[in-house]
Amino acid sequence: MIGIIDYKIGNLANVKNAVQKLGYEAVISDEIDVLNKCASLILPGVGAFEDGIKALHEYKMVDFLNNWVNSGKYLLGICLGMQLLFDKSFENGIWDGLGYIKGDIVVFETKLKVPHMGWNNLVLNKNDDIAKGINPGDYVYFVHSYYAKTADFNDVILYSEYEVPFPAVVRKGNVIGMQFHPEKSSDVGRILLKNYLEMSKC
Amino acid sequence: MLAKRIIPCLDVDHGRVVKGKNFKNIKDVADPVELAKRYSAEGADELVFYDITASYEERDIFLNVVENVAKAIDIPFTIGGGVKSVDDFRKILLAGADKVSVNSSAVINPALITDAARRFGNQCVVLSIDAMSDDKGSWEVYVKGGRENTHINAIEWAKRGQKLGAGEICMNSMDTDGVKTGFDIELLKSLNSVLTIPVIASGGAGTMQHFAHALIEGCADAALAASVFHYNEIDIRQLKKYLQERHISVRL
Repeated sequence: MIGIIDYKIGNLANVKNAVQKLGYEAVISDEIDVLNKCASLILPGVGAFEDGIKALHEYKMVDFLNNWVNSGKYLLGICLGMQLLFDKSFENGIWDGLGYIKGDIVVFETKLKVPHMGWNNLVLNKNDDIAKGINPGDYVYFVHSYYAKTADFNDVILYSEYEVPFPAVVRKGNVIGMQFHPEKSSDVGRILLKNYLEMSKC
Repeated sequence: MLAKRIIPCLDVDHGRVVKGKNFKNIKDVADPVELAKRYSAEGADELVFYDITASYEERDIFLNVVENVAKAIDIPFTIGGGVKSVDDFRKILLAGADKVSVNSSAVINPALITDAARRFGNQCVVLSIDAMSDDKGSWEVYVKGGRENTHINAIEWAKRGQKLGAGEICMNSMDTDGVKTGFDIELLKSLNSVLTIPVIASGGAGTMQHFAHALIEGCADAALAASVFHYNEIDIRQLKKYLQERHISVRL
């Protein structure tokens, strides 16, 4: 069973659909007892960082997630869910994140259009199981105005470019983040999500 | 590199696609889910569905369509038509849509843009504008399906929409809509020179060259069309190859 964390931030049904289509059972829940029994977890989310981190606290998810990650079990953050994995965000103030991956969430300072919205291609930074089957130039769907400035570029598995290179897939051990929406990224998104589900199976 | 997007648009009435005939190799030509799957398989980057149902009671039929589309495809899609409140946004997003577009209701109540953006994020608020050229070399905003001139300057309204929290502008030129003589490049250029959010060009697509013009000269981030795709006049895959040959970044 794959647990999708329900902290009332954005639509979770699409993530659940995508997981189920890959042949896995999934449950959307805000109950720690339910989530704790899952083989691995997904933290989705869209919207502002402030709302996201406050909601995680409100649903008492922070201690639970800390224990989960410390025990070596897998966690995938998607979009805002990925940004929450980092130390800090500078979106409309300064907010502490979950701190599983070193780095800050900062705004795109560019003459290009913001939000960075649409299909952008992936570049491999580091070989990893999560990137299995991905070819250089494969496109995934992004919607975001802020990006993760990682302290250690070694945590970046795949990146993309929008005037600056920015992380698309990050990994620190059992914690993985995807800035784009794998559930909205057609075949390529399906491969990446499948990689996560396979590596976090046991 | 961020790809330019090609967006087919579908009008839905009573749960069925309007203008949906003339399809080959498709079981139910008027089924929005079947069409969504087909466009998605052909390489559409996003889809837009407009609910043109007149009566409020039939909204639930449409929400059901949204849910079924969300289950069937794995590319983003936008829902528009008759969205009047934050609660409408909520229902549509919960049904599985990625973005919601507002038009007349935002002109009447601009705070809707801000309220929805605050609640759900700027990225899911699309401000759709129907514009027609005036006699002063600019463009005016029309509402109620293009029937009523508000005399609001379209470029100024787009700028205000961005400030209010819209994440994207869909600019539909009424001068070019339906006549297939090409997108309104001047309108797109004027718009792109003042906006920092993405712009979708709409209205006027007749040939593949028109798309190239909108994306290069018009600097649009995406181009939307309905009938050229509905009637198989332009194949999405061929269109994207054509654009790529002209050094436009597209997802192939």
